[in-house]
Order: sequence, then C-alpha cells, then structure tokens
Amino acid sequence: MEKRVRFKSAWLPWLLIAPQMVVVLVFFFWPAGQALYQSVLTEDAFGGSVQFVGMENFDRLFGDASYLTSFKTTAFFSILVASSGLSISLLLAVMANRVARGAGLYKTLLIWPYAVAPVVAGVLWLFMFASPMGVVAYFLRSIGFDWNHLLNGNHAMALIVMASVWKQISYNFLFFLAGLQSIPKSLIEAAAIDGASPWHRFWTIVFPLLSPTTFFLLVINVVYAFFDTFAIIDATTHGGPGKETAILVYKVYYDGFKALDMGGSAAQSVILMVIVVALTVVQFRFVEKKVQY
Amino acid sequence: MIERRPGLDILSHVILLIGVSIVAFPLYLTFVASTQTAEQISRSIPMSMMPGNNFFESYRLALFGGETSLGGKIPAVWPMMQTSLISALVISIGKIAISLLSAFALVYFRFPFRNLFFWMIFITLMLPVEVRISPTYEVVANLGLLNTYAGLTVPLIASATATFLLRQFFLTVPDELVEAARMDGAGPMRFFKDILLPLSATNIAALFVIQFIYGWNQYLWPLLVTTNEDMYPVVMGIKRMLAGEAYTEWNVVMATAILAMLPPALVVILMQKWFVKGLVDTEK
Repeated sequence: MEKRVRFKSAWLPWLLIAPQMVVVLVFFFWPAGQALYQSVLTEDAFGGSVQFVGMENFDRLFGDASYLTSFKTTAFFSILVASSGLSISLLLAVMANRVARGAGLYKTLLIWPYAVAPVVAGVLWLFMFASPMGVVAYFLRSIGFDWNHLLNGNHAMALIVMASVWKQISYNFLFFLAGLQSIPKSLIEAAAIDGASPWHRFWTIVFPLLSPTTFFLLVINVVYAFFDTFAIIDATTHGGPGKETAILVYKVYYDGFKALDMGGSAAQSVILMVIVVALTVVQFRFVEKKVQY
Repeated sequence: MIERRPGLDILSHVILLIGVSIVAFPLYLTFVASTQTAEQISRSIPMSMMPGNNFFESYRLALFGGETSLGGKIPAVWPMMQTSLISALVISIGKIAISLLSAFALVYFRFPFRNLFFWMIFITLMLPVEVRISPTYEVVANLGLLNTYAGLTVPLIASATATFLLRQFFLTVPDELVEAARMDGAGPMRFFKDILLPLSATNIAALFVIQFIYGWNQYLWPLLVTTNEDMYPVVMGIKRMLAGEAYTEWNVVMATAILAMLPPALVVILMQKWFVKGLVDTEK
C-alpha cells in the first residue's frame, strides 16, 4: 500500500529518518556484523591475541555435547511452555467469553501478570517452592511428594515452566479472547439451532476458526520461551541442577560473560539469530496465508 | 447468549475463579511474606498464610536500606526505582519519538533508498537484544557508555515495533487531509504537528503503555552494562538480594518484589483499554 499524495523535499525525509537509522546502524547492524566476525575468531580471555579460525567455533559447538543437550532442553522447555500456556489460556478465554456477568472483572484479574518482570515472576515462584518455608513445597511433601528443584532436574524444569506459563497466560488470554469475540455469532447460533452441543460447536466451529490466532500465539510463545525466559531461569535455577535447565539464551550469556569464551558465545548468537529469522519467516508465511477465514 | 445452560454457566464461573486464584496466589503470598519478619518466615514451616505486623518495617528497609535485625545489609530500593523509572521513560518516549519521525518519512515522502531503509528497519524486528548480547555489549563498551543512562536505554530503542505500528496507522489516514493541508499552504512539518500527531494520540498512548512495561522490566541488558550500584534498576536489585547473602531476608525481598511490580501493574490496570490496544496492534 502506498500513499497517492506526498510531500516534496530533498532533505527533510533524510533528516526525519536519520535518528532511527543511526540507532539501528550503531546498535543493531554493527553488533550483528561483530557477531558474524567474532564467530570466526578465537580470542583469549584478556583480549590479547586474536586468530582467524574459520568455522572452528561452529564445529566446536556442534561437537560439544553440552550445546546439543542445551538445544534439546530448549526444545523441550518451549514445547511445554507453549502447549500448557496455550491450553490453559484457551480454556480461560472460552469461559470468559461465555459468561454474561463479570467478564470484565475476570479479564482485569487475569491480565496483570503481563506487567510482572520475568525475574520477579521467577522470584515469586521460587519463594513458593523454596525450602524450608515454601508453602507449595511443604504441601507437596505433606502428601508424600518429595519436591527438590535443587537436586532434581525434572523438578527444576517444572518450576521454570510454571513460572514462565504463569507470566504468559495474560498475553495468550487477551489474544484468544479477541479471537473468540471476532467469530460471527450467527455461525454459532445456526449450529445451535441444528442441535449441536456446546462441546461439539467448540470443536467443529470455534476451534477451526480460531486456528490463525492459535498459530500466531504458538510462534509468539516459542519465541517467548526461547528468549524472554532468561531472567526466570537466572532467578530460580541458574541453569541447574547441572546444566539441566540451561536453555540456549542462558548458555550464550554464561559462555560469553561467565566463561569468557567470546568466540563461542558469538557463534551461539549467530545460530540464535538464524533460529529467530527462521521462526519469523515461518510465522509470516503461514499467518499471511491462513489469516483469511 | 445462545441458549440457557445454567449448569455450564456455573462451571464457567468455577473454572474462571480457579484460574484467577492460581494467577493471584503468588501475589498474595508475596504480600503476606512482605508483612512478616524474616524470622517469622524462616522459623515457621510452612510460613503463616496470614498477614503479619511487620509491614512498615519491611517496606522501610526495602525502600531506604539499612541494617536488618539479623545484621545483614540491605541496599536501598528507592534510588533503583528512580533508575528504572528514568530508563523506562527514556526507552518508551525515545522509541515513540524516533518512530514517529521515521514512519512519517517512510509514508509521506519518496526519496532514494526508501525501500532499503524500510527493510533495514524491518529486519531489526526479528532480533531481540537477547540474541546479540555480547557483540552489542562490546559496541556499548567501545563507545564508553557502560554505567550510563545512554548505554542502558539507547540500544533498546533500536527495535522497530513502534515504527511499524505507526506506519500502518499513517497509511490509513485519508489522503484528503494532506491535500486540504497543502491547499491551505501547510508544509510537511506543519501537517505532521497539527494533523498527524493529534490523530495518532490513541496509538501513541497504546504504544507508551507497552514500551513502558518493556523498559521497566529489562533485566539481561542492565545486568551486562551496569556494574555501578547507582545504576541498578529495581528488577536487577531484587535478584542481587537473593544471591548476595547466604541468608536471604525474604520479607525485604518480597517487599521489593511488590515495589518492582507496582508501577507497571498500575499502568496495565489503569490504562487497560490502551494496553489491550497496544498489545494487539504491535503484534498484528
């Protein structure tokens, strides 16, 4: 889409666009170039000697069992966050769309976690499960379930999944609710007159019509689980026990800033960039095609 | 309502109430913990679920810092909240300001390399700061911006969500307005100031809410570029309280958590309409 009517000026548009281009060039293209450049170098921790090593950093990464494990951890974590987050929010949105009274209040009470910083969400959930005073951990122990996220990798994973889902519910809920409200009432009324039960109506009419929203949210949730959950992990498990909750972003940070392996960290950054670009392309491809009902 | 099904209505309310309580439970627990003393929290197993009487002491300690009854030192949160507020405002206002100008240029002018610029900005949408932390850190360090507000905020202004939202909106503004303005002898900047800006008011409000929360909640980036305690934002301060001492003063940590949550939560709840609009618009 283009404007028919425009202003004419030889210098004004350049001046207007300059601030954004400066920021984008300095803090985006320069670092992205740096990442590409560094990913083919090795450097000792004190920045003394730099050597060109070609694809060695990448070879080293893919030969590194802990990096491949981190990939698996990330995939597992994202699937858990996306699937449980989406199903819980969809359930709540369908219910909120149904009730005649109080829908606005429910909405207000469900959306505030969006405002909570991921690191604060991590602290909140850690507090419920920490020993000895953690209320939920105590409850679990009292029914014979020995909760210990410091030693048990599955428990640690469950903890970060719960905290991440909790924070993301509000976002998913709002989009599902908007999607549900845009479905024409007449379709559902027609099905009801034909005698379809609410359950049947949901699966044959509502859910298929909601699929563009669901798909969009799926991509958003995977991106969220990949990148925005760093703070949750840093506040709760520190990637542990062992490396069992060290997702890719945590590893980039850890290798670059704690282990001071800048070349390796840059190579990981490059791989992450490729993943995000791929996800975005997938999103545009499918959303563009399927968004028309 | 399509048909009356009282049973289903009750079920819906029950499910929603369960959902709301699960979502609210961590907040309640945090508030309760912030009103107790550190001993009360750690001695009783599990901790009491009823508010204690240490409310003022916990919040005083959290806000202004000082020695605790156990001899630990608590850093003051008040200056951190100021840092957070300043950076959140700079990020949100800065983003909106540069985006308004560049979207205006992209939509209302034709100039060489316009498409190239468009795509260069578009690409930045894809890469969040998390994936390019170490190289961006080096750039900021080279520019000598560590421990400054500029280093804390400007790299986060680089994303292009706002530019795209405003561009989409400008494209829907009727051409007749431009023609009318030109006929009355208004130049581009006059048109921008007197017609386009007032029309964009709701979009700007919506963007502001989203970007303010984004700025307030930044964690990884401040973690890298600030080493000076004076420049810590509050979400980072809270994490340091956990790690700093072997013995965590949970009541103060929880009071800090409440303080860190309050400003963005208030923005979301009080500006709910704009928040929802902003969220839906920035992503679609």
